[in-house]
Amino acid sequence: MSDVADRVKKIVVEHLSVEEDKVTENASFIDDLGADSLDTVELVMAFEEEFGIEIPDDAAETIQTFGDAVKFIKEAQ
Amino acid sequence: MFELNGKTALVTGASGGIGAEVARALHAAGATVGLSGTRVEPLEALAADLAERAHVLPCNLSDPEAVEALPKQAVEAMGSLDILVNNAGITRDNLFMRMSDEEWAQVLDVNLTAAMRLCRGALRGMMKARWGRIVNITSVVGATGNPGQGNYAAAKAGMVGMSKSLAYEVASRGITVNCVAPGFIETAMTDKLNDDQKGKILSQIPAGRMGSPAEIASAVLYLASAEAGYVTGATLHVNGGMAMI
Repeated sequence: MSDVADRVKKIVVEHLSVEEDKVTENASFIDDLGADSLDTVELVMAFEEEFGIEIPDDAAETIQTFGDAVKFIKEAQ
Repeated sequence: MFELNGKTALVTGASGGIGAEVARALHAAGATVGLSGTRVEPLEALAADLAERAHVLPCNLSDPEAVEALPKQAVEAMGSLDILVNNAGITRDNLFMRMSDEEWAQVLDVNLTAAMRLCRGALRGMMKARWGRIVNITSVVGATGNPGQGNYAAAKAGMVGMSKSLAYEVASRGITVNCVAPGFIETAMTDKLNDDQKGKILSQIPAGRMGSPAEIASAVLYLASAEAGYVTGATLHVNGGMAMI
């Protein structure tokens, strides 16, 4: 697993208090990992900080799953 | 009780009567304060008077870019932003039938839209800290209405609805959002009233007097404190009994 995916997973696990093995490629933050809409805003904030990138609101809306987040961050870096 | 040691607070309209007193009260409780307003001189004078833990952060609230920048400037100056007091307000009174679009828009921009932008800007840090206090200064007229103040009353009532909605969203993150609604308070804003107007107003206030800015500041201090952590979405009316709501 790439470094980006590891770091994203760590944030998701810590923030949503979920088991690491639940955070799979297609795991939806809201449907599978129990996040509410405010959690997703906070996750995006945490990603921005961890990776020193800016995630605009319209892009943030497309980040629904763990895989989406990793893909977006890799492209943004 | 009501200690704010180590906390940082941004107060808008700190050049005015109520705002300055709010800043003094938060500062006296131990907070570092960011003093915002359009007129730099009174802000500098207040900062000099407070001597330490006071930062002057001038801002024209009708300028959207300046408003966006203000929470960031506050964090740069103070290291964080734990408490936001949206106190700044203007009036452009006119009879409804004569009210211009401009009079309406100016009051809504400064009194409501700027407060929304400042709340939005302050929330990021508060969410991360899992602690925050937003106190919006509204007005008794937001609840009762007032002839000649259709714009002002709309902005102040809007502030209450905004605060309640935001309070819902962020309550689980340790952030409270409340309003303080002053009645008639001795300030430059009420000095403009003539004796006849003042007499009529006083006859409707059971306490028989106008309030002082310090009495508003005490209410703000309470809502900003750790002790008020379970109070959110509330409006604390401080009006001498003028409107018991």
